[in-house]
Amino acid sequence: MSADLNVVGQSVARSDGIGHVTGRTQFFGDRTFPGMLHLKMVRSPLHHARIRGVDLSKAERVSGFVRALTWKDVPHNLYTILGLIGVEPEEEYVLAEDRVRFRGEAIIAIVAETEAAAHEAVSKVRLDLEELPAVFDVEEALLPGAPIVTSWGNNTFMYEGHPCRRVRLGDVDAAFERADHIVEGVYNTSPIEQAPLETTGCIAVPEANGRFTVYTNTQALYFSLDNTAIILQVPGNRLHFVGGTVGGGFGGKVDVIVEPIATLAAMLTNRPVRFAYSRSEEMQVSSTRSAWRIYIKDGISRDGHILARKVTSYADSGAYSRQTPYALTKHAANAAGPYAIPNVSIDAYCVFTNRQPASAMRGFGVTMASFALEVQMDRIAERVGLDPWTIRFINAYHDGDIKPHRKLAEDATLIETMQAAAALVGRELPDDLRAMTSAPRGAGHDGGRD
Amino acid sequence: MASTIVTFELGGREVEVMVRPMTTLQAVLRNQLGFTATKDGCRQGGCGSCTVLVDGEPMLSCLLPVEDVAGRRVTTLESITPAEGLHPVQRAFLDANALQCGYCTPGMVMVSTALLDHQPAPTGDDIRQALTGNICRCTGYRPIVTAVHDAAAAMRANAGEQAR
Repeated sequence: MSADLNVVGQSVARSDGIGHVTGRTQFFGDRTFPGMLHLKMVRSPLHHARIRGVDLSKAERVSGFVRALTWKDVPHNLYTILGLIGVEPEEEYVLAEDRVRFRGEAIIAIVAETEAAAHEAVSKVRLDLEELPAVFDVEEALLPGAPIVTSWGNNTFMYEGHPCRRVRLGDVDAAFERADHIVEGVYNTSPIEQAPLETTGCIAVPEANGRFTVYTNTQALYFSLDNTAIILQVPGNRLHFVGGTVGGGFGGKVDVIVEPIATLAAMLTNRPVRFAYSRSEEMQVSSTRSAWRIYIKDGISRDGHILARKVTSYADSGAYSRQTPYALTKHAANAAGPYAIPNVSIDAYCVFTNRQPASAMRGFGVTMASFALEVQMDRIAERVGLDPWTIRFINAYHDGDIKPHRKLAEDATLIETMQAAAALVGRELPDDLRAMTSAPRGAGHDGGRD
Repeated sequence: MASTIVTFELGGREVEVMVRPMTTLQAVLRNQLGFTATKDGCRQGGCGSCTVLVDGEPMLSCLLPVEDVAGRRVTTLESITPAEGLHPVQRAFLDANALQCGYCTPGMVMVSTALLDHQPAPTGDDIRQALTGNICRCTGYRPIVTAVHDAAAAMRANAGEQAR
């Protein structure tokens, strides 16, 4: 190791380590402010309903009640968090207006002197709801006559006018005709809650200079600040977000859910306002990793080369889009796997249902593709009669290969990674696999494939 | 129901608090006394991040009505942290990188401290058994078990030196 490197190759103490072991690290919820109010949400008890009316009269009489916020109090109530990177349309409501689309959707925010008073006032709000038919399955949601979750008439996110993100390379149908084997599989995954130990929350504090300081455990500080500025229709320089100390996130704290409404409540009351999810809200209301259904059809030659791969994927976005449209785009770019396949067709659907919204979680969009593809690779190996290692080596990307979405494979390392993994687990690879590298295939050489 | 006054020992000094019925020890520590090392992860006894010691035994402060600790000795992470340096369990957690986000760490350290007070040379099974009520979502449990082993060894070595 070069002598002038101070960090690389050295063991460096974590800057937050002492704080963590002594409990002196200050998480947002460890702060308190004089006069701090507590915000709790009135949430939909139904999966899909029309809101006919809301009666706050009993809630307002609870001792400690300060005020209620409805959608009419929110300057820009309709938003989508990915609007900051150009995703359209705005389609999620900070507070529900005339319809709720999932069980747990926020309808009314109650602000009270204590948490207990806020809970009590929430329990006293009377909702007049008309239950509507709900849909919970991605394919049922696409059938004619399915309950429509969105405001635009179908249950898919639209990608440049198409109901799915599409990738096309070569001609899969012709290649299936030529293939010696066809292997088909369907893969389902469940939603997963990120379950950070510290629940999502923030405290918004009005400052003497007219600004608001927001102490938050968001994983996406500027995303939260910018979306809050849009929702509240204030310049960003009126908001000072303090973050960086996050008690676990794993993608579960990127959704800009608590900051806008807490900051609005602080504006309307001129008092510090704390809004923190309970554990049950974290589990049942906050967004999850989406559930997926992935269909794969592969055409394979007698010697184990994949000639064609057709993937049809459905991600359950729940009632709103949040990060899922982006997940589908990532998914479509990766759905053929790290394999050189000359004919590929991918249709990836972001589907809306009446489930709680899905969003980010560790590799979202790609993780589930990898699960499906690698089980599929094992099944291909079994069908062709080759070792599962061999089937991956002979189909692996090399530098210079073109991926289905027309990106060049660069710095390919699947072969070398598998060689290292084999050594670690004590697997003796045959000489031909040990000799392989990810170096570009020879000029004019197509690896023996069509 | 009327509020009551509850007196207990916290970190070697007597404290007196006035509480509504059903107020938890966790709420008193965090909201009334400002002892925020005790964490708030679930309020349903599921995660262990609120663990404190009551008369030396690990207890979930989120489920414990504060009236139940009247006259008893409560120890939190603040109380075991020396004025200078670290408790051997804290040092071992830091050195073994047995933490990531830090939210489970106070509960883990309290449970480990209680274990080592009773059992200076625990086996791996003893440690895992002691930590069954504490969830970590970041690091995995292996470095935490390693840290408790390391702390046990350091504390035995200290005790040996003091005995000489």
